[in-house]
Amino acid sequence: MIKKIVLMGNPNVGKSVVFSRLTGANVIASNYPGTTVDFFKGKMRVGGETYEIIDAPGTYSLEPSNKAEEVALEMLKNADIVINVVDSTNLERNLYLTLELLEQNKPIILVLNLWDEIKHLGIHIDEKTLEQLLGVPVIPTVALTGEGIKDLVTNIKNAKVNDKIKPTSEEGRWIEIGSIIKKVEIVEHRHHTLRDRISDLTIKPLTGIPIALGVIFISFWIVRLIGENLIIYLLDPIFDNFYLPLIEGLSEYIGPGTIHTLLIGDYGLPIDKIESLGMLTTGLYIPIGVVLPYIIAFYFMLSLLEDTGYLPRLATLVDKVFHKLGMHGHGIVPMFLGLGCNVPGALSTRTLETRKQRFISATLLAICVPCMAQLAMVFGVLGKHGIFYIFIVFITLIILYIILGLILNRFIKGESPEIFLEIPSYRRPSIKATIKKTWMRIRWFLKEAIPFLFLGVLIINVLYALGILQFISNALQPIMISIFGMPGDATIALITGLLRKDLAIGMLISLDMTPLQLVIAVTMLTIYFPCVATFSVLIKELGMKDMIKSASLMIGVAVIVGFLLKIILLGV
Amino acid sequence: MDEKPIPLTQLPISKRGRIIGLDGGQGFKKKLRAMGIKEGQIIKVVTKQPFRGPVTIAFFSCQMTLGRGMADKITVEVI
Ligand SMILES: Nc1nc2c(ncn2[C@@H]2O[C@H](COP(=O)(O)OP(=O)(O)OP(=O)(O)O)[C@@H](O)[C@H]2O)c(=O)[nH]1
Ligand SMILES: [Mg+2]
Repeated sequence: MIKKIVLMGNPNVGKSVVFSRLTGANVIASNYPGTTVDFFKGKMRVGGETYEIIDAPGTYSLEPSNKAEEVALEMLKNADIVINVVDSTNLERNLYLTLELLEQNKPIILVLNLWDEIKHLGIHIDEKTLEQLLGVPVIPTVALTGEGIKDLVTNIKNAKVNDKIKPTSEEGRWIEIGSIIKKVEIVEHRHHTLRDRISDLTIKPLTGIPIALGVIFISFWIVRLIGENLIIYLLDPIFDNFYLPLIEGLSEYIGPGTIHTLLIGDYGLPIDKIESLGMLTTGLYIPIGVVLPYIIAFYFMLSLLEDTGYLPRLATLVDKVFHKLGMHGHGIVPMFLGLGCNVPGALSTRTLETRKQRFISATLLAICVPCMAQLAMVFGVLGKHGIFYIFIVFITLIILYIILGLILNRFIKGESPEIFLEIPSYRRPSIKATIKKTWMRIRWFLKEAIPFLFLGVLIINVLYALGILQFISNALQPIMISIFGMPGDATIALITGLLRKDLAIGMLISLDMTPLQLVIAVTMLTIYFPCVATFSVLIKELGMKDMIKSASLMIGVAVIVGFLLKIILLGV
Repeated sequence: MDEKPIPLTQLPISKRGRIIGLDGGQGFKKKLRAMGIKEGQIIKVVTKQPFRGPVTIAFFSCQMTLGRGMADKITVEVI
């Protein structure tokens, strides 16, 4: 039997970084509590023995208060050995969970992580004495640099069931902790540092709110800047000068026919990267040439925001507003993650405490938060008509987020508990970690997007060849015109969007529609249904019943918004 | 000095207070205590958001944001 080692500890103490160090597998780590919301398994070999290592979500105690913590406790049940990772800068508070774990009668190793941080905080910890007092191995580590990890690995065999600490009450534990801390920790008096001052400025409302607006504005500006320049100076030249000639050659070689249509699109020059609807043209150009540059830019910026520790401060500042929408400030995390891709956004709703909060957060995410593929669609379709049209789409989505949130908060039963969120200290993001994380997410995007786009192009071509799409479009023509003011062909774009939103770019561009009609189409496409990947995650997260509710909301809202936009924008 | 017990929400910013009581359900008290927000603990208020928004507190060497309703249930004495 392979022994299972579970990493347990408070949120944001570095468990995921330790996990990556031990297993070589990469998982996302960020400087805010609740980064890991599911378990991850990896393997490690030491001296001929193989262990299974499990990274679990963080938890403050053995009594779960949200779904992520429930996952952690589930993992603990099956653990053969527990590695308890603690934040050395916050030893006293972290020891509570440690004592609870020690009472579990499982072999334990204690890891004092963030050991590098204690020096400049003026904290001294006597790890040898701590080891004696707790009766289990205690290993200081700096997971970020790998310091101490070797020590941890060699000590796994020394993991021991504690025989010093007896089970007791909450109060008893704190008394025990008090006496332990007296013996092992000295904290020097410390003056306010620059880091403390920045922390204060960014969380106090008077300075914090203007800073938040600035940070958000600058972030989006940088994303656009990086994204656009990647396209203009890198990707488009590569596609135009190297890739297209290659495809033109291939086109010559294959000649007209079904295979040509499938791979490249209609026979004949010029070959259009976006509209031709071939697997090797549209199917590759859209994910790599259109969406990827923004994915790179966005995830780079997001990593910076995550790793500095800014997000929990932003959550504090917006808490009041989010509370009105039935969530609390932590709802900003699913929203930010969702801007990259709705899938991780939907998963991170697990850090919200109640069903009501998760339902509202997930539904609003699916309806109003455009992922990078959707944003690429908005920019790709409307960009050349002017920023004004893009603006209409965004304003509509923002207004919708608020109105829908207010309504759902009133009508969805259940509680919306208040925010209860740890504010981590600011850390300077490591460039290496940022690049690594961005790369992990890019790889994930490519793996997810390209197969779906291929599949989408394939399905559309088949449906076209069979005349099914034309039939649907003709049948719906009168409805589309009278309700949404759009040509029947736009239906095809809407159907295409079921698979992936970015796939609809080519369809919409090739249709003869006015910019305002395009605004309606793009807005509806964003609202009416998340992509299949998000949909399947939502089913898992919300359960079938709630998902049906959520999906009917999506469709209902899309129809209403489409209709209203027609009246407002087209005036008919 | 003013040593009357007051709710945490009335503790002036940057003044130190000692927790002398927690109110509310068992689950809630347990959750706070597991975090270290317990009787006898010394804490400070870092900031309060306007319109009865959440309160950010500092204790041990960590900071935490909690809703105004929760903060109201924590009684402290100024020290
Ligand atoms: N300076 C320093 N930073 C570290 C160290 N270990 C981890 N970090 C950083 O601390 C933050 C939290 O790390 P994670 O691994 O995400 O923490 P976690 O315990 O998995 O957190 P949850 O998944 O939210 O429970 C990240 O920004 C890491 O880069 C360390 O030893 N030193
Ligand atoms: Mg983690």
